[in-house]
Amino acid sequence: MTAPALQTIGLVKRFGGIVATNDVSLTIERGARHALIGPNGAGKTTLVNQLTGVLKPSAGRILLEGRDITTAKPEARVRLGMSRTFQINQLFQSMTPLDMLLLVLCEQNDLGLKLWQKLDKSGDLAREAAAIAERFRLDDVIGEPITTLPYGKQRQLEIAAAFAARPRVLLLDEPAAGVPEAERRDLLATVADLPADVSVLLIEHDMDLVFRFATRITVLVNGTVIADGTPAAIAADPAVRAAYLGESLDA
Amino acid sequence: MLTILFDGVAYGMLLFILASGLAVTLGLMNFVNLAHGAFAMAGGYVTVVLMQRYDVPFVATLPFAFLVPAAIGAVLERTIYRPMYAKSHLDQVLFSIGLVFMVVAAVDYVMGSQQQLIRLPAWLQGRFDIAGIGIGRYRSFVIAICVALTIALQYVLVRTRFGSRLRAAVDDQQVARGLGINVGVIFSLTFAVGSGLAGLGGALGVEMLGLDPTFPLKFMIYFLIVVTVGGRSGLTGPFTAALLIGVVDVAGKYYVPQLGAFLIYALMVAVLFLRPQGLFAVPR
Amino acid sequence: MTVALDTPRPALSDLVGKTLSLRRRWKLGEVVFWGLTAAAPFLLPRGMLLLNEVAILALFALSLDLILGFAGIVSLGHATFLGAGAYAAGLFALHVNADPLTGLVVAVLAAALLGFLTSFLVLRGTDLTRLMVTLGIALLLFELANSFSTITGGADGLQGISMGPLLGLFPFDLQGRTAYLYSLSVLFVLFLAARRMMASPFGLSLRAIRDNPLRASATGVAINGRIVMVYTIAAAYAGAAGALMAQTTQFVSLDVLEFHRSADLMLVVIIGGAGWLYGGIIGAILFKVLQDAISLATPQYWQFWIGLLLVVFVLGGREILHGLLARSRAALAKLVSRRAP
Repeated sequence: MTAPALQTIGLVKRFGGIVATNDVSLTIERGARHALIGPNGAGKTTLVNQLTGVLKPSAGRILLEGRDITTAKPEARVRLGMSRTFQINQLFQSMTPLDMLLLVLCEQNDLGLKLWQKLDKSGDLAREAAAIAERFRLDDVIGEPITTLPYGKQRQLEIAAAFAARPRVLLLDEPAAGVPEAERRDLLATVADLPADVSVLLIEHDMDLVFRFATRITVLVNGTVIADGTPAAIAADPAVRAAYLGESLDA
Repeated sequence: MLTILFDGVAYGMLLFILASGLAVTLGLMNFVNLAHGAFAMAGGYVTVVLMQRYDVPFVATLPFAFLVPAAIGAVLERTIYRPMYAKSHLDQVLFSIGLVFMVVAAVDYVMGSQQQLIRLPAWLQGRFDIAGIGIGRYRSFVIAICVALTIALQYVLVRTRFGSRLRAAVDDQQVARGLGINVGVIFSLTFAVGSGLAGLGGALGVEMLGLDPTFPLKFMIYFLIVVTVGGRSGLTGPFTAALLIGVVDVAGKYYVPQLGAFLIYALMVAVLFLRPQGLFAVPR
Repeated sequence: MTVALDTPRPALSDLVGKTLSLRRRWKLGEVVFWGLTAAAPFLLPRGMLLLNEVAILALFALSLDLILGFAGIVSLGHATFLGAGAYAAGLFALHVNADPLTGLVVAVLAAALLGFLTSFLVLRGTDLTRLMVTLGIALLLFELANSFSTITGGADGLQGISMGPLLGLFPFDLQGRTAYLYSLSVLFVLFLAARRMMASPFGLSLRAIRDNPLRASATGVAINGRIVMVYTIAAAYAGAAGALMAQTTQFVSLDVLEFHRSADLMLVVIIGGAGWLYGGIIGAILFKVLQDAISLATPQYWQFWIGLLLVVFVLGGREILHGLLARSRAALAKLVSRRAP
């Protein structure tokens, strides 16, 4: 039996007196279309930060395809096949989309330490970057400075860069955040287009996107998993409704 | 050996008074002011000029050594320092280095490049003999003043309204503004007081540290060490750090003269490497 | 791993290929520039000594630009490596062998080693921490050199260095012609190397680290390793500048480790513009010309004007200057491109 794509076992994160992640055991199967939802402040991004190595958990383990990565550095996890997008665009301000994609591809091909080699010796990487740009509708701005791109394109680039790393596990942190209604379709299409063998964990607030995309949903409230199952099961779960409806009643 | 300890403590306390302004500016405005030493130098020269040209007694010059740099600080803060608050630390460093270069050259031009010497009043010269240990009178005087100032500073910071406003502004500027605290005035006042204290320290230091136009450059690193090792929040960190540095430096130079100031720099580099936020810093 | 490798449409492929090769190409302005530097002995035969200093400063500035402009690492103590190279070259010439090129290699290796060892200290911490650590290291080295004055000559400096002829053929002449051409050649060779390195995947990763370290590590860039590498290289470059200084002036003193060297260098790099290889070189030229002019007027107090320049520059002069430059650059766009490696 093959190990799940990504798994956490009893993950805990404490900030002083606050427990941001409370004994979370999450399993993302291979080829999953798994969504993580929950009200604001539930600790979703904190969880992702632990999964990617930006934050160190207080307790618990993280396994990537069966391999323990709990103490691995972020860059090591990328090399093992994990990639992520950020909730707030994290791009390279001095670069163009072409530069950024080339960077990802170079690192993937272990060229990062080659200081004597031309940036694109064989021309293959440039072609691949161009292909990715086309796929993510960035071909018309591929050579423009990132700072001049409209927000929607920047968001596309954010996802394109994560995708270019040829991940086996992809973590999308609120990809639709700040994207206007009209462009969300494109985004959904992009996310739906991802190859079937890439395991995806999607964190989102947009329920439309979530229910169209996910085959499995985990609900996180105050750092604790309160439900985990198929979209239908989650929609019918009283605890989940209480968490969401309770939220809006209190407001 | 106790004499060395005593000297080290005196030196350390003087360093604390000199650096206290920098610690607060860094902690409060997140502003790196490498020109802080220039205010200290100003205070030193005020004392020297008053004593040499106007025959003012040493102790009487001290209030002026505080007030003149404080006034200069207040003016400069409102004019050229303000626009720098929003800039990067690198820019602030370059800016203040530029200021130092200007001040050093200007003072050299006006006052000459020689070491300034003052004659201490008779009652401050020489030493007491307590249980066979020689305690310098001047150093005792310095310690006394510094302790008094430290207590006053701590009192203001902890027990007055101004102090609590200051601490609020340090913790979170935006929230403080939201609470109606006039952060701009607090900055100006604090900067002025910090510069004044530096000036006073500079005046007290003429006898112990020497005074010439290169003072800000020579001692810049010491102030920075006090602040980085001591951390930026509150006064206890820098105080302890200053004492530590004072004792280590004096003892080091006495016991291992070959290594001179080496020890202090090595200490700073080691601390910054192991705990970049400072030895005594309170985690934010 | 089966991410489909689609083929992009030909027009896009072409565009991308063209963009990349355009960046690599030598612009006309660059060729003209280097041509002029080579022709300088004929154009300005009496300025060789000054031009030698400019070349050395340009190399020093280039070395700081590598870490500051390309990797985003601030340093207030870069003179550490200048001094290491200078003393290494000077001591080597005095006690072992007076051949310039051998001494240069020794100095570069010494500075690189020192750079490698100290690079671990700048890995962590904020800009402020790095400024202080690098300052501390420079002061440390200064004190060391001061203390071991029997070896270093202390404040008086290393006396009696007498360099052998360059390549065994060209003795160092009093007008400084050999010195200048030597320094220029070293500068040019190292410039070419830097050009290549910054245009490589490694160079691209440095810019990523500078722009957004969080993103860089999320892309798989092992930040610490890259910083160690570029810091070591930059130290080597600065060491070369130091060696040239020692060898062409046949003198080394504690002055080479003084704080103002590092501070002035910062000004040089930011005037010309960090992050651009020609920035340091242009900054060096401007700085030296300025320094020469000011020193004629006020030999003793020229640091005052340097200080004033720094203050004005940071307070707003930089924006004005770079605005002017941007406009004239738009006009001269084809000659020297800003995105040239």
